[in-house]
Amino acid sequence: MDPQAEGPRAIDIYVDILLLVLLVAAALVVVTLRNLLAAALVLGIYSLIMAVLWVVLDAVDVAFTEAAVGAGVTTVFMLLAIAATGRHEKIAHRRPWLPILASLAVGGLLVYGTLDLPAFGDAQAPAQQHVAPHYLAQGEAETGVPNIVTAVLASYRGFDTLGEVTVIFTAGIGVLLMLGIVRRRRETDPEDRE
Amino acid sequence: MTEHLVLRVVSKLLIPPILLFALYVQMHGDYGPGGGFQAGVIFAAGLILYGLVFGTEAVRSVAPPRLLVIIACLGLLLYAGVGVANMIAGGAFLEYGALSADATHGNHVGIIIIEIGVGVAVAAVMTVIFTALAEWR
Repeated sequence: MDPQAEGPRAIDIYVDILLLVLLVAAALVVVTLRNLLAAALVLGIYSLIMAVLWVVLDAVDVAFTEAAVGAGVTTVFMLLAIAATGRHEKIAHRRPWLPILASLAVGGLLVYGTLDLPAFGDAQAPAQQHVAPHYLAQGEAETGVPNIVTAVLASYRGFDTLGEVTVIFTAGIGVLLMLGIVRRRRETDPEDRE
Repeated sequence: MTEHLVLRVVSKLLIPPILLFALYVQMHGDYGPGGGFQAGVIFAAGLILYGLVFGTEAVRSVAPPRLLVIIACLGLLLYAGVGVANMIAGGAFLEYGALSADATHGNHVGIIIIEIGVGVAVAAVMTVIFTALAEWR
């Protein structure tokens, strides 16, 4: 996005390494913590680091979402869930070798799969060759919206975004069905009925 | 949380700018970072902060869950409704160009309307999930 940006400078690489190390450290801490309250908070920190990484990658819209949803609202939801249930994880007595093996195998396969991906920022990558050039060149002229991310999300991929909103809506309906807030309100407080 | 004076005062100071910022993000999503989804979450975050500090009864009096459910439905309907309006205007589903004689202008109008639908639905759903979780025992 920045026209003056050339190649990666040394400071960029240091920032990337620092952020990625912090990210992995936060993830490992979350896995090892038995105190769920602390784990939820560290998960919030994980999201915040991730948001900074998105900014480094020039994906400010995604960073915005990550900070607001991942670090903000989700953390509050998890804290509420923990407050309603229990604060400590049950200690497993059996060593979960099979699940560890399965996740290591799947993780290894995924890493192996990434070896076939085009290099980061490769201009010849299929993702940069397909419709992206058209969006970048014609987006503002076709939609009248300078923010290309909004143009893609709301216009070119409007159907996908409708699906996303439906997913959020369904999540809300699901929570209401399980926790039954509206019905309970009607029973306990008749004033609210009108 | 009646005893936390600093938290209460700071929250009272912060909540109006948070809600205002949400509206800014909503309306400037086509020019800068942000859009309906982020705006909805930020607006809900303002209400959630209110609920965390002043209790869910306070949130209920500002945003009753029954009303929020209706608002969430209306947000989603607004989005899908714009899509159907395009079909009535002679275009395809969600092809905003049909909304106006000038396709670019129609696109811009369509984007603004659906972003409002997204923002309203997301804010309502997030707030109602908060109220439901916070009151569940």
